[in-house]
Amino acid sequence: MKVHEDLDDIPGTTVFTAARSHLGFHLNQFCMSLMKPENRERFKHDEAAYLAKWPLSEAQRNAVLARDYNEMIAQGGNIYFLAKIFATDGVSFQSAAASMSGMTTEAYAQMMLHGGRSPEGQRSIREGR
Amino acid sequence: MARITAGVTTSHVPAIGAAIDQGRTETEYWAPLFAGYDWSKKWIAHERPDVVVLVYNDHASAFSLEVIPTFAIGCADQFEIADEGFGPRPVPPVIGHPDLACHLVESLILDQFDITVVNQMAVDHGLTVPLSLLFGQPDAWPVRVVPVAVNVIQFPPPTGERCYQLGRAIRRAVATYPEDLNVQVWGTGGMSHQLHGPRAGLINRTFDNAYLDDLTSDLDRLRSMAHIEYLREAGSEGIELVMWLVMRGALGDAVTPLHRFYHVPASNTAVGHLVLDATVS
Repeated sequence: MKVHEDLDDIPGTTVFTAARSHLGFHLNQFCMSLMKPENRERFKHDEAAYLAKWPLSEAQRNAVLARDYNEMIAQGGNIYFLAKIFATDGVSFQSAAASMSGMTTEAYAQMMLHGGRSPEGQRSIREGR
Repeated sequence: MARITAGVTTSHVPAIGAAIDQGRTETEYWAPLFAGYDWSKKWIAHERPDVVVLVYNDHASAFSLEVIPTFAIGCADQFEIADEGFGPRPVPPVIGHPDLACHLVESLILDQFDITVVNQMAVDHGLTVPLSLLFGQPDAWPVRVVPVAVNVIQFPPPTGERCYQLGRAIRRAVATYPEDLNVQVWGTGGMSHQLHGPRAGLINRTFDNAYLDDLTSDLDRLRSMAHIEYLREAGSEGIELVMWLVMRGALGDAVTPLHRFYHVPASNTAVGHLVLDATVS
């Protein structure tokens, strides 16, 4: 579909399409389970055992254990679902976003204080703008 | 008869809720943001709306990936506060207006909008942060709320034009509700932000301010804006802005801007806030 060519043309961005929703269904549903305090405790107590209850792919499981959010997104994770993991860890949204963009929390926070990441060069890969 | 008197747009960043809940609104970081809402808090205390039709998006709180409604209206008596992973926000439960909500659902479906009916759901920061920004920290919210949840999580969200037309249909539906109610419509979310991936932190001040301008001066441009333009210009999560067009459609053709505020940053996000008067003399 033409629309997917356009979505894939945005630098550093993974748009959460129906196909990605399908790929990441169990990963994202696992994240939803962390909305209950008792499940957060069980997850923190033994992450691997908790994850074993969910039919995740090996790549999804490893990405969660490594807290590799870019990889979780590549495996169908959606940021609002993944937010339940870093909330469970006591990590702020800003720190999580910083880690995904390859910046330290401090450098990222400074960038935001100075107006955020410029859209220049961030709009289109093929058009270089 | 019920009437729509005003519209409000505001971003709904979770960190704003945390700053309020944890008493950090006066810090160097947060004070400039909250100052932008001082006028609006006084205004709404004077306006005293009976009901807010609050257009927002759920952030994987009430709706998992099991069911993803494009437009959903909450018809419950009350909506509990969602636990988003760090315990529920310490704010009062949100009181609904089931009779108006049921009227809206019936009117909208018969007016060609296939609304999902929700009789039980928790509400997250998308709905409660705007309430906190306008009403502060009361023991009970001084307004009833009809939640209108819009899918902006899984692509594609409804188009801007569809959102605008939904707003127009909400206006028609409210006008046929027999009780004399002062109704406001709020559109929340935005402005530019991206929360994931290497492009996280994107802010587009030029795009945002043109959007604020054109809600009152060039609505046709916003109504026809394609998703890809939001995604490229305003960041992947900036597409929440389509929800503002529901509010704008609900106000009718002529509006008077009463208040405007823009601030960067709130955590990862550009904050935009408008108050629009819908009462035309």
